[in-house]
Amino acid sequence: MAKITKEDVEHVADLAQLTLDEATKERLVRELGDILAYMDKLNELNTDGIEPVMHVLPLTNVFREDVLGESLEREVALANAPKTDDVYFLVPQILDTE
Amino acid sequence: MEKQYCRLTAHEIRDALRAGDVTAEAVARSYLDRIARVDDRVRAYVDVWRDYALERAGKIDARLAKGEDPGALAGIPIALKDVLCTTVGRTECCSKILKGYRSPYDATAVRTMREAGAVFLGKTNMDEFAMGSSTENSTVQMTRNPWNLACVPGGSSGGAAAAVAADEAAIAIGSDTGGSVRQPAALCGCLGLKPTYGRVSRYGLVAFASSLDQIGPFTKDVEDMALIMNVLFGKDPMDATSADLEVPDFTRCLDAGVSGLTVGLPKEYFTEALNAEMRSKVEGAVAVLEKLGAKAIEVSLPHTPYAIAVYYIICTAEASANLARFDGVRYGYRASNVADVKDMYHRTKSEGFGPEVQRRIMLGTYVLSSGYYDAYYLKAQKVRALIRRDFEAAFERCDVILTPTSPTPAFKFGEKTADPLEMYLSDIYTISVNLAGIPGLSIPCGLTARGLPVGLQILAKPFAEETLLRAAYAYEHSRGFDMGRPPLD
Repeated sequence: MAKITKEDVEHVADLAQLTLDEATKERLVRELGDILAYMDKLNELNTDGIEPVMHVLPLTNVFREDVLGESLEREVALANAPKTDDVYFLVPQILDTE
Repeated sequence: MEKQYCRLTAHEIRDALRAGDVTAEAVARSYLDRIARVDDRVRAYVDVWRDYALERAGKIDARLAKGEDPGALAGIPIALKDVLCTTVGRTECCSKILKGYRSPYDATAVRTMREAGAVFLGKTNMDEFAMGSSTENSTVQMTRNPWNLACVPGGSSGGAAAAVAADEAAIAIGSDTGGSVRQPAALCGCLGLKPTYGRVSRYGLVAFASSLDQIGPFTKDVEDMALIMNVLFGKDPMDATSADLEVPDFTRCLDAGVSGLTVGLPKEYFTEALNAEMRSKVEGAVAVLEKLGAKAIEVSLPHTPYAIAVYYIICTAEASANLARFDGVRYGYRASNVADVKDMYHRTKSEGFGPEVQRRIMLGTYVLSSGYYDAYYLKAQKVRALIRRDFEAAFERCDVILTPTSPTPAFKFGEKTADPLEMYLSDIYTISVNLAGIPGLSIPCGLTARGLPVGLQILAKPFAEETLLRAAYAYEHSRGFDMGRPPLD
């Protein structure tokens, strides 16, 4: 497997919505490199034709009756939010008003 | 001086309450006094619910006085890992990003225990978002091992394990994704169970790795384990992965004995990597079971050397998806003075998550990212299938598998924090169990020469918890020694 670079770390950080300082990037290049090198030992195994296990229980499509249930009251749902107008969650403006 | 009810097991408290020898309030006070006496040294709790616990205990006493049945856990003082959603107090996962969060609902496990009469004492310390093996990743405090305050309690449910070991709770509830109940139970000298995946509803358990997470209890003996399993286990419509299976009365299967039981010892676990003292304690436990009529055979779990790599690919991948929800919009921490929405997301996460959580989000995002998905994530899921097959094949030849719970006893603070891989390797005997979805129980099997507890791990087939308890109960009653208590007094 290719060695992890600083550019890889920056790309992945952007996907993960993290902003890293230079020292953290350097540390992660080293740490992730070591961990991924360790994981490369999986390549010793031939897994051709093996069905992957995403989940240990043989479950597919767990359905329930399509009936109304209880849900949270609006003020309860908003109670933990950093910013609201008592009706919606508020975030910085996304679209220009023009 | 008031009696030290905090030294009793849950079933002893139950019997004393029903006989009218004690009140739930006196029991709760005994535990709260114990917490006041020792928790400034142990630091198991991040929040103690003193008034709530006394009020709850008073209500249980009132129901008992009226001759009502107050439930299977009536008056039993229980501690909750900070990863379980509770409408009482806060639910912060010992993370800055959830600071001040008050859950609008109770986890199903919390609700069922409360309905069974449990008296909750408060929330216990943990590695941030349950990511760690020493509880050193908590942003709140360092929990110390009650047996040696210079050592870690294990993790991630270190506070819960330490609380039970130090008599600061009769029972504690943790969560186990790769060993986070069993490993701290082993290091702190109490019992810890990771149930079969699907046995306990995960509703209200803050998600780390959804295909591996299970809620699991810590207790002082096997009978208490059966008692709490009776309440925790069962189908929940709020968790689609909870198993729709009959829950037996586990207290009735305890004394069935081990005569005729076949015990498997996986050769891959008893290598030179295992500390010699730990090995001899585990072998001693095997000898006890053999004397009781069990037959010990060698079994093989050939894919064991790949388990840690598989685990850290799968758990970080699932974690990176689960933790994406902490974006500063609906709850939790939000960075201030942000330029725009993207800046808000980025700075909220970077300021809100600690170093280990960020490392795992990065790793998980990497293994799921375009170009690497097949090489890491899909490959890991295939090797997971091989690990599961290993257990299926082994359980064709034996009823339970015995292993050490942890390769070493409790280690010192800072000993493994410099190298994340070194810390990951402390889960070597527990993580395969989560990958395969089978149940595992850790039970104390002695103390090292330096006075640190050693844990024996007992594994069984999926949903065969009764067999686990049978073996554990037989061992507990014939092991021929008393673990004693940590030197805190």
